[in-house]
Amino acid sequence: MSFRIVSTGSYVPEKILNNEELSHMVETNDEWITQRVGIKERHISVDEPTSELGYKAAQRALDAAGVTADQIDMIICASITAEYKSPNVACMIQKKLGAACPAMDINCACSAFVFALDTAAGFFARGKAQRILVVGAERLSATVDWTHRSTCVIFGDGAGAVLLEKGENYLSSRLHSYGDNDIIRIPNYGGDSPFYKGPIEKPVINMHGQETFKFAVKSICRDIADVAEDAGIKVEDISWVVPHQANSRIIDYAKKKLPIPEDRFYLNIERFGNTSSASIPIALDELNRKGCFKRGELLALCAFGGGLSSAACIIRW
Amino acid sequence: MDIFEKLKEKIVSKIDCDPSKVTRDTSLIGLGIDSLDTVEMIMDLEEELGVELEFDEAVTTVDDLVKFIEKRLKEKENA
Repeated sequence: MSFRIVSTGSYVPEKILNNEELSHMVETNDEWITQRVGIKERHISVDEPTSELGYKAAQRALDAAGVTADQIDMIICASITAEYKSPNVACMIQKKLGAACPAMDINCACSAFVFALDTAAGFFARGKAQRILVVGAERLSATVDWTHRSTCVIFGDGAGAVLLEKGENYLSSRLHSYGDNDIIRIPNYGGDSPFYKGPIEKPVINMHGQETFKFAVKSICRDIADVAEDAGIKVEDISWVVPHQANSRIIDYAKKKLPIPEDRFYLNIERFGNTSSASIPIALDELNRKGCFKRGELLALCAFGGGLSSAACIIRW
Repeated sequence: MDIFEKLKEKIVSKIDCDPSKVTRDTSLIGLGIDSLDTVEMIMDLEEELGVELEFDEAVTTVDDLVKFIEKRLKEKENA
């Protein structure tokens, strides 16, 4: 017993920051950003905390299914940009939805949405839930250094959600962690303890682009091949690859290496930037609402990021 | 094995340029090769040579990259 995806939802804040506007904030330009990461614009939250983005995406998923908040058995939220250390984002989403079920966050950076799906699959397998809401919500604009031109151009804010019900459509998964705080790191000390004598780093995203790129492309190619094999299918049988939208160059490299037609890789980073754990559910919602998925099609979701971590799964639509 | 010739071949096919434009002193950025292109070429070489080349150096010219790869390969041989 695992699950099937019943409905999807997504939400991005209204404010759009394009490359032209960014070029007045840091030394950069549209050509550099477009060639380097494939992003033209990103959405930025002005006054909505992460849980508000997640709540709006979740409500849209519930509305699409005609399910009410009291019918959900669990909320799992993937996020690294919670507005509070406690309560977690999932609890704030629960409050806003008016739900009463258990709610917890998964912190695995950009891989977290797939980790959250896998966690949900475990609850279904143990017969603990009939319906689970899985949300990816991020307000990354609050954790980037807006004077650092290599990172601030990459990230955006947004949220996506899927409503899951008991089913048999989660065919395989692989989760990986490789403890490392050199390649990607977001420090988190915000206290003023009179005893603490350790380093205090600015709580913003630190990332080594070349190492991240290498880790990402290797992970995508290996993880997709592995989950396809685990599911008993050929990589060529995959109808849609919905990758974490980190950088279009990463996805371009994977396209060259995997025996899947290029138009089967979904890419929307141009409009949203990298929204970390929200990028896969936002992409799923776009594809779903455009009517791209046909029943029975095989989707490969794959993600990679801080941790370091990577994850992939095969879902039958 | 001539790493320069191998790399030159990769650069020429990546940016579709006249091979005579790629000399040891040519600047990678001048050719339009950015840092992610460099990583891609290193990964392709890793695949061909069957070795892992940990890339952690700033390189400016084609020669810098050739020397870096040769150094890593030598380290692997001696390991």
